[in-house]
Amino acid sequence: MSTAISNPLALIAELTHRCPLHCVYCSNPLELKNRATELPTEIWARVFQEAAQLGVLQADLTGGEPLARTDIIELIRASRTAGLYVNLITSGMPLDEARLAKLIDAGLDHLQLSFQGAREETANEISGTKAHAQKLRVLDWLKQVRVAVTLNFVIHRGNIDQIEGMLALAESSSATRVEFANVQYYGWAFANRERLLPTRAQLNRSIETLKSAQERLRGKIRVEYVVPDYYAKYPKPCMGGWGRKLMLITPSGDALPCHAAQIIPGMKFENVKDRRLHEIWETSASFQKFRGQAWMQEPCKTCDRREQDFGGCRCQALLLTGDAAATDPVCSLAPTREKVDAILAAANKPVDAAILARPDWLYRSNPA
Amino acid sequence: MTPDLQSHPRLAVGCRLSENNQQRVLLMPERALRLNGPSLEIVERCDGKHTVQQIISELQQIYSKAEPKKVESDILDYLARLHDQRAIDFA
Repeated sequence: MSTAISNPLALIAELTHRCPLHCVYCSNPLELKNRATELPTEIWARVFQEAAQLGVLQADLTGGEPLARTDIIELIRASRTAGLYVNLITSGMPLDEARLAKLIDAGLDHLQLSFQGAREETANEISGTKAHAQKLRVLDWLKQVRVAVTLNFVIHRGNIDQIEGMLALAESSSATRVEFANVQYYGWAFANRERLLPTRAQLNRSIETLKSAQERLRGKIRVEYVVPDYYAKYPKPCMGGWGRKLMLITPSGDALPCHAAQIIPGMKFENVKDRRLHEIWETSASFQKFRGQAWMQEPCKTCDRREQDFGGCRCQALLLTGDAAATDPVCSLAPTREKVDAILAAANKPVDAAILARPDWLYRSNPA
Repeated sequence: MTPDLQSHPRLAVGCRLSENNQQRVLLMPERALRLNGPSLEIVERCDGKHTVQQIISELQQIYSKAEPKKVESDILDYLARLHDQRAIDFA
């Protein structure tokens, strides 16, 4: 088997873990980094330069809330100057019209605005704060400026029946792309899974709605969606394969192959303060750990699909089976698939409406 | 949709041509297309000045050994695909 290392295509820059929202499915780890450990502007600027030299095309500036960084304008300018395409993934909270103009002037290519629902009460409940009205204001400002816009909706049991309203919101905006990503169950979302996992009937209805929207909006808005992998027959090629396409940098500079990698026991991650990006990508133990196929167990090891899904997600394997090197248990060929089936059976049982009406959320906290 | 021959295709907002490792790429939201040969010749002419008809004529000259009708239909298909991906608009 070829072990040639391709270069990463995107750098996910988690600029901070600070965020005005407290979303119950946040993809940040349960242990959040505080402000004092955040990388300074000049190290991020060096990281963007090294990323471009390594062949990275896109920078995803995210968080937490990236606008919580007071140097966000300089960071956008630095990534654009390095030659990267600059995406900003934001709640739109610490933003006004003047600051938006400055972000675009600094070289922002694409702004992704997150929404927690189509209805204000749902959105505010999920984010644990009153954010929805501000997001609608941001949508209005975005119509006046030249920047690509995506609306991001994270989908779950509590808002999956609002997809038509979400599409209407996208159609009333300047967005050329709308993304419906079902919650993935790690960290905060794993803790809230029972209240977030949709039923099969909900999921099937939503897929029908989204497929017809893709047709209807062709040429106007790109409609993209990700189904919850618990319901899939085969696992997702998580991050496009470990150490194959993406590199994530945490607020304090640790370089990770995926968002949740720090939960895997025994792993040590290199920091961009100590090592250059290409060294970390090419030679660090962490990026090589699950790269290629040598680490695989059966049935992955001899499976025809092993170069399509790369065994699925390592963190999901760990969370559900206790072994990060196991076949992703969402795979119908996995010996542990019954664990996922049991979770789905519970999610599809009739539940007490009173419990769903007053869910006992674990809200994402905020670092110092 | 079939592009109007008299319309002027241009890169959509948030889409731009760039270069990485000696390779021309079209960068756009959450996507990048590597461009070579005819695909590059076409995208370079999506500048809001060339009409679809002019792009076809110029490529028929560059690729003069190819069947002109085939060049035309390939270009129209490619432009329609770029439009579906929201990489270009027709002005």
